[in-house]
Amino acid sequence: MEHYLSLFVKAVFIENLALSFFLGMCTFLAVSKKVTTSFGLGVAVIFVLGVAVPVNNIVYHAVLAPGALEWLGFPEADLSFLKFLTFIGVIAALVQILEMTLDKFFPALYNALGIFLPLITVNCAIFGAVAFMVERNYNLGESVVFGIGSGVGWALAIVLLAGLREKMKYADIPDGLRGLGITFITVGLMGFGFLSFSGISL
Amino acid sequence: MANAKEMKEVLLGPVFANNPIALQVLGICSALAVTSSLKNALIMSLALTVVTAFSSLFISLIRNHIPSSVRIIVQMTIIASLVIVVDQTLQAFVYATAKELTVFVGLIITNCIVMGRAEAYAMKSPPLMSFLDGIGNGLGYSVVLLTIGFVRELFGAGALFGVEILPLVSDGGWYQPMGLLIMPFSSFFLVGFFIWVLRTYKKDQVEAKA
Repeated sequence: MEHYLSLFVKAVFIENLALSFFLGMCTFLAVSKKVTTSFGLGVAVIFVLGVAVPVNNIVYHAVLAPGALEWLGFPEADLSFLKFLTFIGVIAALVQILEMTLDKFFPALYNALGIFLPLITVNCAIFGAVAFMVERNYNLGESVVFGIGSGVGWALAIVLLAGLREKMKYADIPDGLRGLGITFITVGLMGFGFLSFSGISL
Repeated sequence: MANAKEMKEVLLGPVFANNPIALQVLGICSALAVTSSLKNALIMSLALTVVTAFSSLFISLIRNHIPSSVRIIVQMTIIASLVIVVDQTLQAFVYATAKELTVFVGLIITNCIVMGRAEAYAMKSPPLMSFLDGIGNGLGYSVVLLTIGFVRELFGAGALFGVEILPLVSDGGWYQPMGLLIMPFSSFFLVGFFIWVLRTYKKDQVEAKA
């Protein structure tokens, strides 16, 4: 239990996907103008990460990993070079299924998340988290915790940034820096702040 | 048939006038973490340029046969296959660098530049022009990456391509390296300043007051 808890804290704060690995930056910068929208997107990302990382973990260990196809009679098969193609396919399919399920059973949630779901397919945070999961050899339980944890971390970061940007509207910024430039510098400073978490040893 | 002037515009436009990172906010995801040394930045730029150029070319070749309802999946498949080729090539020839780049080569798949060019340009333009457009956007990305890689490696580690330029204090030289620049988020400050310089020079890119 303790192991999972420390993995969760690590995924949220110390190895924050957005602020220490710069994943999901495109959406991170583009959708962080208002707190409410970025909160919606954050929830959607937690949702998709919580599902996509474990599912890809199962797929990887059942089909792609070296020696995984032994039950079919191919003990030497190593399909791991196909992992990128498989993962992106699985993520795209999952997002599609998720969208249809939500539409059918939870229309209120669907209306809230609706516009963000398709965007998430191409969000590097999802793909990045899946790739990290394979690289770090997480098992199924760990991958669930890691998926949700990194989703929470990403959502936290985007909501914080949106809060800062809402306040920044009142600031007088040099012409060339207005908009995108100052946002980059703000994110850099936030990364600085999150660096202080790296002193925590678990 | 496209004339030479138009081709030049498509090829060189994205480098400064319409830079994918600085103006269109595309493809920052994988860009920043790999720029701590110039060598990594160069390899990443090459990989991205190759993938963008060829994915634009192939998508443009079959653009009239792709049903629009499944076009995203088709584009993804083409891009992912190209990235696999690039990844395997890197692992075969520059294994050490490929290890350092870790997941970021794979992340080219979800790099918005590649998808963005496929969707916005290659789906409605002839193959040759799409190919040039892909190279042009790759170059625009490379300019930003190499600038940041240059600054970070020179002032953060006193070297370029691993060759010592500024002798470090720790090796008996005079240069005290700036530890901040080794930190990954320093690239955010550098991109911010890059945008500032670019927009001071090209006034039309300044964003309107909100």
